[in-house]
Amino acid sequence: MISVENLTKSFGKFKALDNISLDFERGNSISLIGPNGSGKTTLIKSVLGLVIPETGVIRINNNEVKTNCAYRSQIGYMPQIGRYPENMTIGQVINMLKEIRKDRTSYDEELINGFGIPGIQNKTMRSLSGGTRQKVSACLAFLFKPDIFILDEPTAGLDPVSSELLKGKIIKERANGKLILITSHVLSDLDDITSHVVYLQDGKLMFYKEVGELKKSTGEEKLNKVIANIMQSDYLKNLVN
Amino acid sequence: MKTIIKYVLLDLLRNKTILVYIFVLAVLAVSVLSMSGNSSKGLLSLLNITLLFVPIISILFATIYFFNSVEFIELLLAQPIKRKTMILAEYAGVAFALSIAYLVGVGLPVILLNYSVASLTLLVSGLFLTLIFTALALLVFVLFKDKTKGIGAAIITALFFTLLFDGLLLSFIYSFSDYPIDEPLLGFISLNPVDLARIFVLLQLDVAVMMGYSGALFKEFMGSVIGSIYTIACMTLWIIIPMAVSVRKFKKKDL
Repeated sequence: MISVENLTKSFGKFKALDNISLDFERGNSISLIGPNGSGKTTLIKSVLGLVIPETGVIRINNNEVKTNCAYRSQIGYMPQIGRYPENMTIGQVINMLKEIRKDRTSYDEELINGFGIPGIQNKTMRSLSGGTRQKVSACLAFLFKPDIFILDEPTAGLDPVSSELLKGKIIKERANGKLILITSHVLSDLDDITSHVVYLQDGKLMFYKEVGELKKSTGEEKLNKVIANIMQSDYLKNLVN
Repeated sequence: MKTIIKYVLLDLLRNKTILVYIFVLAVLAVSVLSMSGNSSKGLLSLLNITLLFVPIISILFATIYFFNSVEFIELLLAQPIKRKTMILAEYAGVAFALSIAYLVGVGLPVILLNYSVASLTLLVSGLFLTLIFTALALLVFVLFKDKTKGIGAAIITALFFTLLFDGLLLSFIYSFSDYPIDEPLLGFISLNPVDLARIFVLLQLDVAVMMGYSGALFKEFMGSVIGSIYTIACMTLWIIIPMAVSVRKFKKKDL
């Protein structure tokens, strides 16, 4: 569904992505994991066309990303930091997006209702807490029933109830055959969601493996233990050499 | 595009800075116009206020607003929206809001208290300055990634055109005073939108000849009509060129 070929991007001397090639298939839920500054967000933004790569090709359903912006109608994006025009209300933000996306006539409002957004829709964005803004971002990502979800730190700042609600929604969409790309630092949050793990470090792809396989090779059950195990062992060094 | 402009406006017209801007302009305009008995004196004071405030407020406010909107612009660009549409809509929204502010703050008092052709030229030049400096703010936003540096650049740009440029012009006139420099000087003046706006208004006032070198020069060389057309053409270019460069650069910008 998404194919990335030899993607390279540097900011000045710093190589954010170094010759990355990946293929993501429908029905998978892929976690992008790696230390800060490893290139996770740059990879996501490249797929969205927000960052323009130096070399390499990204295709979504065999359409090249560079040439046309129409492909983005299939993507629901939830940014890491949601900042909205201060004086707009939640209702206005949602209506604005709906007006922009005239191509869709039916909406997925499960999260909007789940988070109780209709009850606070007249609040201005300025008055919202970080967590509530995060909820709005999540609602917008799911609103237009896209085939691909790109979620950058989706559960950061959410309270446990909302976080579980969002995770439930992600699992449900995955079962519907959607492709889900997630970055998160909270590995325990990714446990039930993830089918594959992409590990990036210094802009390089360290591995791209199925969770089951990783669990088997490390002998651990929980994802955070698995990753800790991998980071501590010489697994990565062996991969590089 | 219309949708984005509409919502940017909706946001901005409730923005406190814009409301304060309208209020300050209105207070200044009313007090200046009602204080001086001579209407063209009042207009001149208002012209100076416009030339001083509009550039710096427009460029600073617009720059800060653009930088604060980065995350929202990203979110919208994740929708099927072209980058060109996005950036033009942002510009249009901010420029429109600032223009409304100027028209309400200065335009209403001027039309109610002191209506004349010269007053209308003052409003036109104020609007041009708003559009020009918002376009320059857009350029600053596109060229700089860092907000602090961007705001610095915006302040420097405004100060350059409102203060520094005239100093350079004076030293140019002074050092080449033995040569026939009138025509190069005209070209030189076209490089500063604030001077263009000033000349555009002065050409309509009888005091043009008394208002220093640049006004007299324009009147002598071109007469009011051609002079006005020339200044308008130059000011239009001052909007179009920064915007065209911004659009080009923004298409390749990493967000």
